[in-house]
Amino acid sequence: MSGTIAEKILAKASGKKEVEPGDFIVANVDVVFAHDGTATLAFDVMKELGEERVFDSKKVVLFIDHAAPSPSPAISAIHTRMRIFSKTHNVKLYDVGNGICHQLLPSEGYVKPGSLVIGADSHTVTHGAFNAFATGVGSTDAAIAMMTGKIWLKVPESVKLELNGNLGRGVTSKDLILFLIGTFKADGFNYMAVEYSGSTIASLSVDSRMTIANMGVEMGAKASLMPLNESTKAWLSKRVQEPIIPVEPDKDATYYKTFSFEVENLEPMVATPPNVDNVKPITEVEELEVDQVFIGSCTNGRLEDIELALRILKGRKAKVRCIVIPASKEVYYEALRRGYIEELLKSNCVIGPPTCGPCIGAHMGLLGQNEVGVSTSNRNFPGRMGDREAKIFLASPLTAAASAVEGRITDPRKYLEGELQ
Amino acid sequence: MRGKTVKLGDHINTDFVISGKYKFKTQDIKELSKHIFEDLDPTLSQRIKSGTIIVAGRNFGYGSSREHAPRVIKEVGVSAVIAKSFARIFFRNAINIGLPVIAASESFIDSTNEGDEVSLDLEKGTIKNETKNIEETFKPYPSFISVVMREGGIVSYFKKYGALPWDTR
Repeated sequence: MSGTIAEKILAKASGKKEVEPGDFIVANVDVVFAHDGTATLAFDVMKELGEERVFDSKKVVLFIDHAAPSPSPAISAIHTRMRIFSKTHNVKLYDVGNGICHQLLPSEGYVKPGSLVIGADSHTVTHGAFNAFATGVGSTDAAIAMMTGKIWLKVPESVKLELNGNLGRGVTSKDLILFLIGTFKADGFNYMAVEYSGSTIASLSVDSRMTIANMGVEMGAKASLMPLNESTKAWLSKRVQEPIIPVEPDKDATYYKTFSFEVENLEPMVATPPNVDNVKPITEVEELEVDQVFIGSCTNGRLEDIELALRILKGRKAKVRCIVIPASKEVYYEALRRGYIEELLKSNCVIGPPTCGPCIGAHMGLLGQNEVGVSTSNRNFPGRMGDREAKIFLASPLTAAASAVEGRITDPRKYLEGELQ
Repeated sequence: MRGKTVKLGDHINTDFVISGKYKFKTQDIKELSKHIFEDLDPTLSQRIKSGTIIVAGRNFGYGSSREHAPRVIKEVGVSAVIAKSFARIFFRNAINIGLPVIAASESFIDSTNEGDEVSLDLEKGTIKNETKNIEETFKPYPSFISVVMREGGIVSYFKKYGALPWDTR
């Protein structure tokens, strides 16, 4: 048998010895989840298919994170329906204030190496950072997976991205993934599994790996897959009950293509409107005036991201509105305990409760007509974060913080001279 | 199936199809469909009639997994989407809810203009631009997917056969 990480996980999930790209399989899911943007439509589909039911109440999870706390009575009704479903079917619901699904799912121990994770959210690919096959689906697929524990999948081709070297000063995992998206474009890996290898991914923290895996979908990837590394193993061992058995690619596994990059000379990158793959080095967009900065989301709302932002914001004041939203209660609490929240408040930042926030355009800091926002989130389509005439620039927490301090898009490296990387 | 086309470009994302800001105001597909394509072009919805066939470029439906996107397209009467390529989640969602999605050649898409009359035959796997008299066959889908598409989606399939497509295989 010779398989990529994706092929090995999918073979196991479908009870086969091996699978090949192009095979149609019916696989058993290890966990399936939905949130307040997708869950109630899944419940509707269940009803159309007979009745609301779940195949295993321990393997179905619900999150209220996209518009939480509720900004309107209509959304409150959606939340109420989710609470009733949770009670009726004895399914775990992470209610208002717990945080974003992609942060909670692994931190609450639902993701382990080798598992098949199905989520009614496109950024489900995030969980590939934990050596799992994780992919996003719509509400009908989610409903069927919740009811039967099964999903049909086409085994994707695997592409290998070999990344070697250390990131330079002021350059983060966000800049790396933006660079890759700019290189391969929005449909570069459509229908494919992207498997990472090399020293860069092996040496990165859990938070950084999640940022990279998260945005794989912006290149069309069906899944982002990373080999387990030491930091991730240690992180998981505190949260997962079962033994942690990593899935490694076989030496003679077949890849559709392999691409290699040395990351040492990478610069801070920015995704400029109107598309995520419209990526430019920061030096080409510096000086543009900014109205609002947002640091948060499933892409960059973790503790490491807040630490990065504080490397620049600490002891300085944000000149423009700067909204910081921790990705989970755990992140929020740890930031509070370490004094980060106090520092952020001193820097004039606004702290929001754990939620997706303005990233999804539902509430909590939407941009007005012709406003310019710098955001650490994942999509910059017109209208995504407010008015369709607003402009969204996606960047790292370092770039976002430097831009908040200056009120214009700013290269963070000038604030980090003399700092040890 | 036959209809007049509305022509769109490359990379039409699901936020363009239906903006997240509305999705979090209501989940009612009828209500949501009033805002279809609003952030792409606020006047676009006026060009869509019952039976319209959308013809688009690369990577149609990329971005968010929201199933509301194919559902609102179906709700406003679009009978099929023909594109150079589709993003994978949209593609699955469209098949699941019974909105035919067909990947056509670059030349077919490029030579089709807005307002052209296009016909398609899901059984035979053919699409034809009747106005320009260009016909091509598209790559047939694996058997259970084409059955789901023909039956109008997973729910309709289930109602007819009392099982999911892969249960009967």
